[in-house]
Amino acid sequence: MVFDKVKKLIVEQLGVEEEDITMEASFIDDLGADSLDIVELIMALEEEFGLEIPDNEAEKITTVSDVVEYIKSNT
Amino acid sequence: MKRRVVITGAGVVSSLGFGLDQFWGSIKEGRNGISEITRIDVSEMSTKVGAEIKDFDPNLFMDKKEARRMDRYNQFAMAASKMAVENAKLDLDSLDKDRCGVIVGSGIGGIETFEEQHSVLLSKGPGRVSPFFIPMMISNMASGRIAIQYGFMGFNECVVTACATSNNAIGDSFKVIQRGDADLMLTGGAEASLTSISFAGFCNMGAMSKNPDPATASRPFDKDRDGFVMGEGAGVLVLEELEHALNRGANILAEVVGYGCTCDAYHITAPHPEGLGGIKSMQMAINDAGIKPEEVSYINAHGTSTPLNDPGEVNVVKTVFGSHAANLAMSSTKSMTGHLLGAAGAIEAIATAMAIHDSFLPPTINVQNQDPECDIDCVPNKGREGNIKYALSNALGFGGHNATICLKKYE
Repeated sequence: MVFDKVKKLIVEQLGVEEEDITMEASFIDDLGADSLDIVELIMALEEEFGLEIPDNEAEKITTVSDVVEYIKSNT
Repeated sequence: MKRRVVITGAGVVSSLGFGLDQFWGSIKEGRNGISEITRIDVSEMSTKVGAEIKDFDPNLFMDKKEARRMDRYNQFAMAASKMAVENAKLDLDSLDKDRCGVIVGSGIGGIETFEEQHSVLLSKGPGRVSPFFIPMMISNMASGRIAIQYGFMGFNECVVTACATSNNAIGDSFKVIQRGDADLMLTGGAEASLTSISFAGFCNMGAMSKNPDPATASRPFDKDRDGFVMGEGAGVLVLEELEHALNRGANILAEVVGYGCTCDAYHITAPHPEGLGGIKSMQMAINDAGIKPEEVSYINAHGTSTPLNDPGEVNVVKTVFGSHAANLAMSSTKSMTGHLLGAAGAIEAIATAMAIHDSFLPPTINVQNQDPECDIDCVPNKGREGNIKYALSNALGFGGHNATICLKKYE
């Protein structure tokens, strides 16, 4: 499951509780991330899923579902 | 009339314990904080021992996510400052935060982060270097993060003068309060340079002890000393303007009364053969305190346990104090703590303040055969009671930096 893997990474990277990670959750508003956290999270996702997320795509990522959808359509 | 500055709290992270009570208790007992190194592989290195902290859990002192975004040196700084704020019983809500500042330095900064991320660069390419690399690695981030933690918006900077760092930080903070630019400063230093590349560098300089026995490797003033023993940790002091401290009923550990700071202007790593910079630094601190040399009864030595430092420092003291050198005590607490580089001056200032406060002279341990060239009362092996009105604490750093602070019994 992509969502479960993503969830695990977010817990590790952002130090948040698993139950707070919903598909709708915004990284900045709901999960307390700043811009550097998001850069690091994207690097971790790229490693985990073996893909490269171009900068112009990465800039569009603001919620958990943005991540899950991107991964589903690019792997 | 100059504004007076007092020490009203202290926090320590060291291999001799966490917090003021554990640290000072260990120093009084003459405990050895040096052990075999386990954090890094030293099998191919000439030094095997260090004052390594084995049981530091950053999550006890800070948010887990924040801890992950900090180099170990910065974690030490956060922990020490938290303990200092608690020890001083500061009521954060009642402080004027514009009048509160921070100078917490580091000699080397986030070198563990540097090492890890350089490996990432080589193995995975530039695209994988952490966006937190720079904010984790830079030496001023401890001062920055401590200010963020407590909302202190006043005077803030970072001192980097190698092993003199903390004395410069404390001396500068003293001056900032004395001249009226702040009422309260958190100050000191943090160091976590027990990493492979840093340790290798120090080994290859020939500066560190090759004695593999943790119990006797750091032996300042002893004939068989052969180098310093690296430690890690942090010390943070709460410095406060006297009226500010009295108004909130603070417990005063000691007063800061003098500061000297010079450079040998001679060599990048070797001390000046006649100790000119060290002499001037001690004289400057004594003059700044407005006292006579004869009024000083205790010196916390830089006392690194290197062949060159210790007799050099004893000669400096003889020059500064003349015949009074025979009456005063000068111990090296590095015999117990190891050398915390940029954090050394901070934990030594804390030991000096407590020595004054408790009228107790901390020992130099491991003095089995005192070097005749270091013929001074180094309080060998066992601490003892002794009333101290004025004390000095010395620190010297690569680059030829010399920094001396003068502390006084509060009365």
